[in-house]
Amino acid sequence: MIKPNMSVEIAGIKMRNPVMTASGTFGYGEEFSGYMNLESIGAMITKGLSLKPKAGNNTPRIVETPGGMLNAIGLQNVGIEAFIAKKLPFLRRVDTPVIVNLYGNSLEEYGELAARIDGIAEVAGVEVNISCPNVKQGGIVFGTDPAAAAQVVALVRRETSKPLIVKLSPNVTDITLMAKACVDAGAEALSLINTLTGMAIDLQSRRPVLANVTGGLSGPAIKPVALRMVWQVAKAVNVPIIGIGGIMNATDALEFILAGATAVQIGTANFLTPAASQEIAAGMQQWLTANRVGDIRELIGALKS
Amino acid sequence: MQFLSQVLTNTEVSPGYFRMQMTAPPVVLDAVAGQFVMVKVRRAIDPLLRRPFGIYDMGTFITPYTDCGHQTFVEILYKVVGQGTAMLADLHQGDHLDIIAPLGKGFDLGEEGEEKILIGGGVGLAPLYLLAKELVKSHKVRLFAGGRSKEDVLCITEFERLGVETYVATDDGTLGDRGLVTQVMMKHLAAGGGPKRLYACGPFPMLRAVAGIAEEMQVDCQVSLEAFMACGMGACLGCVVKGVNHSVETPDYRCVCKDGPVFDSIDLSWD
Repeated sequence: MIKPNMSVEIAGIKMRNPVMTASGTFGYGEEFSGYMNLESIGAMITKGLSLKPKAGNNTPRIVETPGGMLNAIGLQNVGIEAFIAKKLPFLRRVDTPVIVNLYGNSLEEYGELAARIDGIAEVAGVEVNISCPNVKQGGIVFGTDPAAAAQVVALVRRETSKPLIVKLSPNVTDITLMAKACVDAGAEALSLINTLTGMAIDLQSRRPVLANVTGGLSGPAIKPVALRMVWQVAKAVNVPIIGIGGIMNATDALEFILAGATAVQIGTANFLTPAASQEIAAGMQQWLTANRVGDIRELIGALKS
Repeated sequence: MQFLSQVLTNTEVSPGYFRMQMTAPPVVLDAVAGQFVMVKVRRAIDPLLRRPFGIYDMGTFITPYTDCGHQTFVEILYKVVGQGTAMLADLHQGDHLDIIAPLGKGFDLGEEGEEKILIGGGVGLAPLYLLAKELVKSHKVRLFAGGRSKEDVLCITEFERLGVETYVATDDGTLGDRGLVTQVMMKHLAAGGGPKRLYACGPFPMLRAVAGIAEEMQVDCQVSLEAFMACGMGACLGCVVKGVNHSVETPDYRCVCKDGPVFDSIDLSWD
């Protein structure tokens, strides 16, 4: 039997299959190399990088919830320069596209980050995290205001010619408005959803469990919300969608493809099974073979109504 | 590595405390004392995350039921504190578990000729047993075990069987001295003697007290920490503690899972 085609292309990034690892759940790749073949997946997305190293939040930073977890890590990362100097040399030797996730605390920071990464040949593309507060302008989250998001995207677009993915927050009234604003400003692909804001309370101490009070909910608990949003956005824009949200196995991943995603990102599942992304990619291919689908692209948005 | 395991024994050794032996591939024997395992207690999405446990013991035994005639095992000592450990307590011989092991950085056995002093609070004794087993081969080992009540002082007989000299203190005086185990340990240290090295695992206030004593008496000290964690391999950054150089301007966070769980006490911030 002929193997089904699994390769897809996102914003010009050619991937051997549609499975990517989500930012913040896969370290800088190296952490997982002892558990899986990093060349078995479509792409790796780094931990979110800022201009300067960032300490992150106080602890507790994580708490388990039914079918999910809340995290408030606070974007702890080594900073863009340390990433280039210390983390990229390992990734350079891996034959899998590396996409860097970038976030700034101001418009200017996004611009500087994009310009810095533009000349780095080993970086296949940029994923912009807009789910962070604009510290300079009163802390309004870029990702919840279409005009602010468009400004960020347009600036990053000017500063780099790398393929440009924008990661959308689900914590908005109408995600299609955000999606359209980002695409109009130059986004070549959209990844969604980032975590849903939530909180957990400890009854006995009468305190929030997380030091940050609120955190981002991820895991299987958010999958139905993510599927719905991918489906909505896929109908609203004409760029490839990367589906994210509680994908634990190949079935979950293929559901996102049917809903309109061209690729998927594996997040929380990496914490449970370090080789989750490899297993999911293999499982998707098996499903295609078993169901006589010759090309994964036949399933993109193929949801029957 | 990640592997499927079978429960061999799961015994309540004191009210709410269990010891569980599980099958493991032989490579797990490369683990060192202080390293830990991540256990998925159920093949389901709830509870979602693995649970970390220090390795209490490991080894092989002879059995007719494997091709090679022997079976490797790892053993954990755990306290039922929530949903995950309650499910673990309900498991029986033959039940399956999904395990990642060994993880983290273990204890440094230190120098020859040192007296090794172990301090354990409650279920914190768990990683100290495997350590004691290693240390007794060539050192004098003393254990100071503490707990709220006699039910919280675990596995003392097992340590004594290794040849470890044991001292016990409980908050309510139902076993050993009444009071804090750190005070009993302090008295022993103050009596002098040759070079010593401390190894501690237990609640954070106990570890902080031990670290303070170690600093005052200028004794090398390692502590094994416990933390909530999602991955156990340095990816989620959920389990961090503050390193000694930490400040807002110069963040110095260390992952309990990867940089630890065993740390030199002088490397951590105890504020």
